[in-house]
Amino acid sequence: MTTELILFFSLALIAIITGLGLLISKNAIYAALYLVLNFFTIAIFYLLLGGAFIAMAQVSVYAGAIMVLFLFVIMILGAEKLGKSNTVAWQRPVAIILSIILLIEAGYVLFWRTAPVQAAQTLPDGFGGPASIGNVLLNNYLLPFEITSVLLLVAMIGAIVLTHKQKTDKEV
Amino acid sequence: MTTTDLLSVFPLLILILWACLVLLLDVFLKRERLTTILTAIGLVVTLGFSISQNNLNLTGFNNMVVVDNFAVYLNIIFLGSGLLAISLAHDYLKRMGINRGEFYVLLMFSISGMMLMAIAADLIVFFLALELLSIPLYVLAAFARPRVESEEAGMKYFLLGAFSGGFVVYGIALVFGATATTNLSGIAARIAEHQADIPLLTIGAALILVGFSFKVAVVPFQMWTPDVYHGAPSAVTAFMAIGAKAAGFAALMRIFVAALPTLSEQITPIIWVLAALTMIVGNIVAVAQSNIKRMLAYSSIAHAGYILMALVSYGQSSVASVSVSAALFYLLSYAVTNFGAWAVVIAVEKAEGKGLALDDYAGIGRKYPALAAAMAIFMLSFTGVPPTLGFVGKFYLFRAVIDGGYIGLAVIGVLTSLISAFYYLRVVVIMYMRDGEPEVRSEPWLNLTTAFTAIATIVLSIFSAPILQWASQAILSTF
Amino acid sequence: MSDPINLIANWLQGLLLGLGLSVGLTKIILSFVGAVVVATIGMLTVIFLIWLERKIAGRIQDRLGPNRAGPYGLLQPFADVIKILTKEYTTPDGADVVVYNIAPIMAVASVLLIWAVIPFASTVVGTNLNVGVLYIMAVGAFGLLSILMAGLSSNNKFALLGAFRSVAQLISYEIPMVVSLLMPVIFARSMGLVDIVEAQMPWFIILSPLAALIFIIASMAEVNRAPFDLMEAESEIVAGFHIEYSGMKFGMFYVGEFLHVFTVGALVATLFLGGWRGPWAEQYPILGLIYFYIKTFVGYFIVAWVRLTVPRIRIDQMLDFNWKFLTPLSLVLLIITAVLDRVLVLVNSERWVYSLVMFLANILIIWATVEVLKKTTSKPKRKEFPMRPVAMAPETSTSTEPSS
Repeated sequence: MTTELILFFSLALIAIITGLGLLISKNAIYAALYLVLNFFTIAIFYLLLGGAFIAMAQVSVYAGAIMVLFLFVIMILGAEKLGKSNTVAWQRPVAIILSIILLIEAGYVLFWRTAPVQAAQTLPDGFGGPASIGNVLLNNYLLPFEITSVLLLVAMIGAIVLTHKQKTDKEV
Repeated sequence: MTTTDLLSVFPLLILILWACLVLLLDVFLKRERLTTILTAIGLVVTLGFSISQNNLNLTGFNNMVVVDNFAVYLNIIFLGSGLLAISLAHDYLKRMGINRGEFYVLLMFSISGMMLMAIAADLIVFFLALELLSIPLYVLAAFARPRVESEEAGMKYFLLGAFSGGFVVYGIALVFGATATTNLSGIAARIAEHQADIPLLTIGAALILVGFSFKVAVVPFQMWTPDVYHGAPSAVTAFMAIGAKAAGFAALMRIFVAALPTLSEQITPIIWVLAALTMIVGNIVAVAQSNIKRMLAYSSIAHAGYILMALVSYGQSSVASVSVSAALFYLLSYAVTNFGAWAVVIAVEKAEGKGLALDDYAGIGRKYPALAAAMAIFMLSFTGVPPTLGFVGKFYLFRAVIDGGYIGLAVIGVLTSLISAFYYLRVVVIMYMRDGEPEVRSEPWLNLTTAFTAIATIVLSIFSAPILQWASQAILSTF
Repeated sequence: MSDPINLIANWLQGLLLGLGLSVGLTKIILSFVGAVVVATIGMLTVIFLIWLERKIAGRIQDRLGPNRAGPYGLLQPFADVIKILTKEYTTPDGADVVVYNIAPIMAVASVLLIWAVIPFASTVVGTNLNVGVLYIMAVGAFGLLSILMAGLSSNNKFALLGAFRSVAQLISYEIPMVVSLLMPVIFARSMGLVDIVEAQMPWFIILSPLAALIFIIASMAEVNRAPFDLMEAESEIVAGFHIEYSGMKFGMFYVGEFLHVFTVGALVATLFLGGWRGPWAEQYPILGLIYFYIKTFVGYFIVAWVRLTVPRIRIDQMLDFNWKFLTPLSLVLLIITAVLDRVLVLVNSERWVYSLVMFLANILIIWATVEVLKKTTSKPKRKEFPMRPVAMAPETSTSTEPSS
């Protein structure tokens, strides 16, 4: 138990530091790498919670595919260095107020929630494993699952329509 | 998956498969016309299946979808507006040099997203439906690329759409946090059992409201509307104005009326303010517009405010069903009128964004009396002057609002309608009173659409009873 | 003495517990020791592999290969290692120092991480993760990231170009690789590598030779080996992403690549060749270890063989081959395998019937693919280029390379 707590708090610290680093760093590549590290730490949180599948999916999808494409775009655009920050005058105070509200909300959820807190349950066998996730995905959540595939198809068609050079009737 | 599951999503399934088929066939078909015809056939077939679902009252996929008359009613609106959009687009696309088969495919996918929205009964499905209907619309808005206005429209719509999608997801997460379920029936049950964390639920519900408010263009979330409506190809705008709005309201009605009536104490004031603001801002800013597309965009914002009025009294179970059916009826009347107005806009529009200024309508009354008469009918219907569909719609809407006890809001609605008369009638005045040399495109399908919607606007208002009867049967199934 | 590795582990555990350490701490220390041992063996294997590959290369290219230092040139790699260790580290001007230095470490680490889940013998496995296959894909992402980091931070156009190519290649080839990995998962009904090895009666390469083939091809692309070594194509971009690295920093990339090839061999052995399975392997785990290594070297040899035989392909060919051939083929294979599996399980077929049907299905797909390819691929038309004068004014001269 104590090892898990130590692990949790050190990982939490890393997650927060990388999150801050992502926000503060002026170099877009650093920001992206911080984000990768952040995703990775969160994946370990999932592991601690018994969700090995989710953890691996998180790493391979976010840290692997998405962030790599992110870096790719940064490289192609050559947008490593951020220019002079172009903020609206009232942006900063509003951001501070909003973040305080969010903190209060989080604190409320933590400390003053009205719904009864449920005791932690022991996980059923095979919880979070590929088999159980597959079962849930293809039984309870079949419709969202299938709709997601249609959604991806549509996004793909859309991307091609918007980027593909096609001869139209009036193309000059 | 059981037969009931399959039956509940059958029209949707047909439409999606048909869209995939058309996408594939479009590659091989040499003539673009065939794609159009195929799409129309698909929509008609789906319409048939949708109508056959009337009075079925199914639930499927572990209560993730509910097929009630509410859903059937909306699905018919979606499919009908899809058909009208095709008849508008068919010639328009050719004229603008953007005739590509993907237009129809994306249109069908967007309609399938809307249909999913109408039958959804789970917050996850709502979100997916929102994305499924929005992503094709983003692309369609930018369909006239490389025209800059169109690209700008697509970009703006996409960015704000993604932004509003974020609100919806965050709201869903909070609702899930408060009730430990995303299913509407589950949420209702948890609230009834006092197992839900009400403050958290309220924040979540408010965020969902904000997210969908973006989609239906409610003030103060309307900034994107004029630019997108202006920049997108007109046929797309016509479809977007109806489809996205109706789908957004479908989601709002389903979520709030069916699952969260107990939250009305907190949510009603918000909706009240939103509706009032939307009506006032939409109508007043529309007065200043000199471009017909922008004017119609602001008019669509204003109409979103009118429809939102119906939601104010959603918590009172005695009034809720009346106001829902009033909103549904209003949606239908708005759909018919709006398509007619856009058909006229498309008839007058010329390539490269010409022919969109209000001044371009000068002299139409003299030269094309039929078209001008149709436009006059639509404008009167938008204003809410009898004997048009718009009048009947507004009448029932205001009555439902007054029944709910929100007389102040109804007064605002009537007053803003008076303001709207100014800019709607200005179009009529320009058409008839000013001289000009307008050039109008005459194309059979466009004329047919104009004539059909114009006649429908008049005739349906006189025989509105059966439609209202139908709308009042289209109540939401409660949990 | 049938299981010396566990014997040592148990002894060490007893020793540590005897010192008065808690059980949890002992576990952690043992895991660390295990990791260090595996990593060290991996690194040492690489030294041997470098010699082996050079020998194989020599034979295939009708040469002798290294034969001066030590018997059969066995000491040659050690000489190389010492040389590389003593070389100067250079850091290019304008390099992003932190990222620049992390990249080579990540390149090796990403490969070593894979070894954590590979079962070496029936009793020797780092950790029995129930999502082992997914884990392999996940840590593979770090290899990709390290290449990107190296390319980005080097402040060198060639390095950047190499990184560009690597992203295009690795992301693309990940798809057929993942899909082909699903075939063993379907057969074994588990994503855990231990379960996959235990389910291999018969070996999965018999059940699905096509999946094994796709996996090997995609893996070759993943490890940047010829014919897919575009990202370090010497004639085009000098050395690609590691152009600016010197000394052991370059050595890390070099080691990472060799180790990755060896790991691919291990994965082929684990997923398709039955892992540690063999006669008496269950009674004597040490035999399993030997079988495993033999099979791994078979996998390694195939990759090396192809590398030395096939010339490098062009970048458009590389992408075409993946998106227009490998990905559709793997998807077809996946669908057919999944449907067949469902049907065969429903009718409760015997194991040998199941295997036979799967094998025949694979053969059928291969045959159909070859037929389709024969029908559809047009012979590359020989482009006729107009005669050009030999000497030409510089401003009018254009590239003679056909643009495609």
